[in-house]
Order: sequence, then C-alpha cells, then structure tokens
Amino acid sequence: MLRFFIKKLLLAATTLITVSVITFGLFFAAPNNPAELMCGNRKTCTPAQEESIARRMGLDKPVVQQYADFMAGIVKGRTFGEGDAVRECPAPCLGYSFRNDEPVTDIIGRTLPVTLSIVFGAAVVWLLIGVSVGMVSALRKGTIFDRGAVGFSLTGASMPILLFGPLLLIIFVYETGLLAYPSYVPLTENPVKWAAAMLLPWLALGFINSASYARLSRAQMLETLSEDFVRTARAKGMTKFRVYGKHALRAAITPIVTIAGLDLGTYLGGTVVTETIFGFTGLGKASLNAAINLDMPLVMATVLLAALFIVAANVIVDVLYSFIDPRVRLA
Amino acid sequence: MTDGATGPVGLKVSTPDEPAADVSATVAENVLGRSPGQLAWLRLKRDRTAWASGFALLFFAVVAMAAPLIERLYGKGPLDRFSDKLDGNGNPLGYLGGVSAEHWLGVQPRLGRDILIQIVYGMRTSLLVALTAALLTIVLGVVVGIVAGYLGGKVDAVLSWLTDLTLAFPFYIFCFAFVPIAVAQRYGPTDQEASWFRPVLLIIVFVLFNWTYSARLVRGQVLTLREREFVEAARASGAGLGHVLFRQLLPNLWAPILVTFSLNVPALITAEAALSFLGIGILEPTPDLGRLIADSVNYVRDDPAFTLTGGITLFVLVLAFNLFGDSLRDALDPKSDR
Repeated sequence: MLRFFIKKLLLAATTLITVSVITFGLFFAAPNNPAELMCGNRKTCTPAQEESIARRMGLDKPVVQQYADFMAGIVKGRTFGEGDAVRECPAPCLGYSFRNDEPVTDIIGRTLPVTLSIVFGAAVVWLLIGVSVGMVSALRKGTIFDRGAVGFSLTGASMPILLFGPLLLIIFVYETGLLAYPSYVPLTENPVKWAAAMLLPWLALGFINSASYARLSRAQMLETLSEDFVRTARAKGMTKFRVYGKHALRAAITPIVTIAGLDLGTYLGGTVVTETIFGFTGLGKASLNAAINLDMPLVMATVLLAALFIVAANVIVDVLYSFIDPRVRLA
Repeated sequence: MTDGATGPVGLKVSTPDEPAADVSATVAENVLGRSPGQLAWLRLKRDRTAWASGFALLFFAVVAMAAPLIERLYGKGPLDRFSDKLDGNGNPLGYLGGVSAEHWLGVQPRLGRDILIQIVYGMRTSLLVALTAALLTIVLGVVVGIVAGYLGGKVDAVLSWLTDLTLAFPFYIFCFAFVPIAVAQRYGPTDQEASWFRPVLLIIVFVLFNWTYSARLVRGQVLTLREREFVEAARASGAGLGHVLFRQLLPNLWAPILVTFSLNVPALITAEAALSFLGIGILEPTPDLGRLIADSVNYVRDDPAFTLTGGITLFVLVLAFNLFGDSLRDALDPKSDR
C-alpha cells in the first residue's frame, strides 16, 4: 500500500515538474518584453527604467536560473529587488502580475473560491440527477421511464453549454425575472446570496454533465444486476431494497467515483465557459485574461494549479478505488 | 448476433424424431457466410437512429461544401451588412431578431449581417477544423498505440509516460497560454493575421492534446493481438516490422478506430466553438459558430432568438455526430451497452 502510494506520488511529481518546465519555456517563446509591459506607458518609459524593472524581477538572469528561482520561490518564498526597493514574497511565491504588479497568490486566492463554488455545487447536481436517473432506469429497464432516460442521456450529452447556459439566462433572468443576473458573493459573507448567485451555473454545468453519468450508471447497474451475487442475495430472501440499495449499488458505483474524481480535477482548473456566460471571475476567466494579456506569471500559476488538480485527482481516485473495491490489490 | 443465435435456436425446435445430424446440415445450408464488415453494415442499415443522423450529417456536409453556391442563390454574403434592417439602437427590426422572407434567421444586431449565411459558413469552418483535427488525431494515436503495444519494453514505457503527461495538461488553460504566444511569435501587435493561421493553430493544438485516448485504446488491443498466431506466422515468415504493424495488426483494429474517430469529431466541434467563443480560436472576419454565439450572448437580453439560433445549430450538429457514432458502435460491437 505505502509503496504503491509513494510510486504514484513520485510519478505525479515528475509530471508536474515537466508541465512546469514546458510552460516556463513558453515564457521565453513569448516575444514581448515583460519589463516593457510592467513599465506601463511606452512613451514615458526610459530604457533605464526598463532595465531596473528587469533587474528587480530577476528577468536579467539566465533562463535556467530564473526557472530555479521560480520553483524555489514556491517552496520557500523569495525576495525581489535590491537596496531600498526590496519586496518580500512569502512562500508559496508565484511572482507578481506583469499587468498590475499584484501578487499572483492574491489573484488566485480571489478567483479560486469562485471556481470551487461552481464546481462542487455542480458536481452535487450532476451526481444526484445522473446517478439516480441511471439507477432507476436500470431497475425499470424497458419501461417508458427507461426509454425517456436513455433519450435524455443521448441528447443531454450533446448539449453544448454555449446553448444551455444562455438558455437558462433567457428563461430565468430575462423572460420571467425569477432570478437576478448572478453576481458572486463569498460563502463566508452571506451563504443565502452565495447560493442564489450560484444556482444558474450549478444547473448549467450540472445538467450538461448529468447525461453522461446517467448513461454510465445505467450501464454499470445493468451489468451488476446480472451478476450471480445479486441473484443469490435475492434467492436468500433479502429484500429488493437492501439488495439493490446496498450490494448492487456499491459494486456499480466504483467506476462512477473514478470518472467523477477525474472530472472534478479537470473542472477545478477552471470552468471558463461557464464563468464567462454567467459573468464570474473564477480561475478559468483569470487564466484566459492572463493569457490574452501575455501576463506570464499568472499564466504559469494557473496552468500549474490546473495540472496539480488533475494529477491530484488521479492519485486520490487510485487510492479511493482500493477502499471502495476490495478486489483491487495495490502492489 | 445472427450467426451465433441460429445454432442453439435451431436445435431447440428440432423434434426428437429428427436425427440431429440433419438439423445441423439444414442449418449449415441456410447460414450465409458474412464478413464482420457486412454484418456491421446490415445492423447499421436496420438502425433508424443511424438513418436519421446519417441523413442529418449528409445534409450538413452538403450545406458546408456548397456554402459559396448557397451564398449566390440566397444573395447575401457572410460579411454583407444590412443596416437598414436595424433600428436606431442597432437592434434588428421586426420579430424574432428580424426574421423575414429576406433574412430567414434574422439579422445580427449592431453589425446587421445576415445570420443564416453566417451559420452556413460557420459550419464550414467548424467541420473543416474538427474533421481535419480528428483525422490527424486518429493517425497519430493509432501510430503511437500500435508501436507502443507491439514493441513493448522501453518504447512502451516512454510512450505511455508521454500519454500520461499529455493527459495531465489542463487542455483549455494550456490552449489559452499557447495560442496567444504562438500568434505573438508570428505576428506583431498591429499585423493582420492570415485567415488560415488560426484554424491551423487550432488543429495543431487539438491533435497535440487529443491523440491520447485513441493511443491507449489501440495499445490495449494490440497487447492481446500481438500474441496471436497470425502475427507469429508473419514474423516467422520473415515479415518486417512495418508489415506486421500496418498490414497484419492494423486491419484488425479498424472497428474501434472508426468508432473513436466518429465520436471525436463532435467533441472537437464543441471544443472549437468553445475556444472561438472565448476569443482564443477563430477570429473576425472568418465566420464561425463559436464566435457568432459569443457575439449573440452580448445581446441575449434584447435579442434572445439570435442567441438560441447559433446555439441550436451547434447542438444539432454535435447531436447528429454523437448519435451516428453511437449507432456505429452498436453496429460494430453489438455487445457494448448503451
């Protein structure tokens, strides 16, 4: 168990480091001069000013040195500048935005909760709808409900959020006025307003994903129901409810946990389209703006963070798998 | 399905008076030898969903290819402006975003362009990018998968690591970083980009990040196929590596390859639309569905019909591809469960 875990972690670490090297390489492929970007107005900016900015940011050092400084900054923080213009950037230091000189960690700290709120709420929606629809349609195979559910999962899986998101806005905001156009309120500030603002993105992202979960859980449940142990349990006289709800469900849910974990990992890195449609500034929107502005420290941070979520989700799913499904042996 | 089922069913109905040998003889007479491809085709022909989605795809393909012809017949180009159809605020006159006999799907607010011809040309862009990318993706994926699976050992380890690494890249976020930098590399801030540049860039990004699924699939198949006798026979008779890989193994893989390809296209159409929606993909003046939707979202309050038109087109396009891909999978692999 421990060896398996360590091996997984090492592999994850090498992957993350490779991602960081490739993304850092993009820094230097970008033809812009970051010092010029930071200096602001091009006309009033003298070469001497640019040079001092470059020195303060450590941009005058060789590439490898810069990469080493950046990575060291994440672990133990770093100090920018020299003389009286010294600026301490505590760990985990991700540098300063080229655009407005704001610490990148502050920007992440502001935008990450938005994305977290959207993703976890939506995950609840898609798991509730998807798994229950899938399970019920498997138990009622061949009925009208089942056919409806299959139709739902086929069409729902093709529904682009570019249609469904605006459709929700039209229905709930512009035509009926049931909801106001969402505007983010932190959970800690006002939980009710937070949930009200999040309702539309939850519905949008949740519904889009629930279709594939319905399909998957239906297929899994059907497969499990045809297994011998289910028949044995029924033959012994166990109630339907116990057999399906406890034994069959547990066997069927393993692949769903895997997919849900991986989906969560991917979405946590940013749900750009959802954020854009509903006007939130989450991690995805921040990374999009950073990229358009060629604000490389922020780009680097968002790519790394998103990759971290994906890799972490992979490791967690692997470990979780062995707890849910005792047949999986970790060697 | 058909072949396998006739045997046991035929035996069940046989009366005890009849000798068993006769039964098997009549069964053998009635059974027609069919290749797996023919069987799949028969199954596909019986599938109503396959017919409907197939016709829809054919329709979209014809519309996309005949876009210039449609433009001539319809009499309006994708960039023509019809400002006389807009009111003082730039909103289209009339109902449902200015739907009229002249403009079948209305006109775009502010710009005054005809929406129908934009959608026709936009589908052309979407399909061109998605199909090219899907084709290149599958070629790359199959080559990597077949080589990794057959050669095994160190080659497999390296290629599998590469696959895992690619999967760890956050696709959209990396696209945001990659595309603007690639553009800035080639063009200065004030230069006009060539119209082919963005589509090519998108295709490159899609291929770079999408080959992993087909590579994994093919690798898994090859791992079992390579132990089979026909591969051993080919090797024993002195066949080279290329012959074994592409003449012996590849023909056994076409079913999963076809299914993967046909389900990859709608995913890429969605991704292309999303990137263009976000302003990273196709740019003005090339007509594109994602960009059209991005523009329409700005007017969703005053002109919801416009927003829905673009979105529904995208939905129907993706749905047709997905349904056809599902039917194809059912036809090629009847055991697979929906």
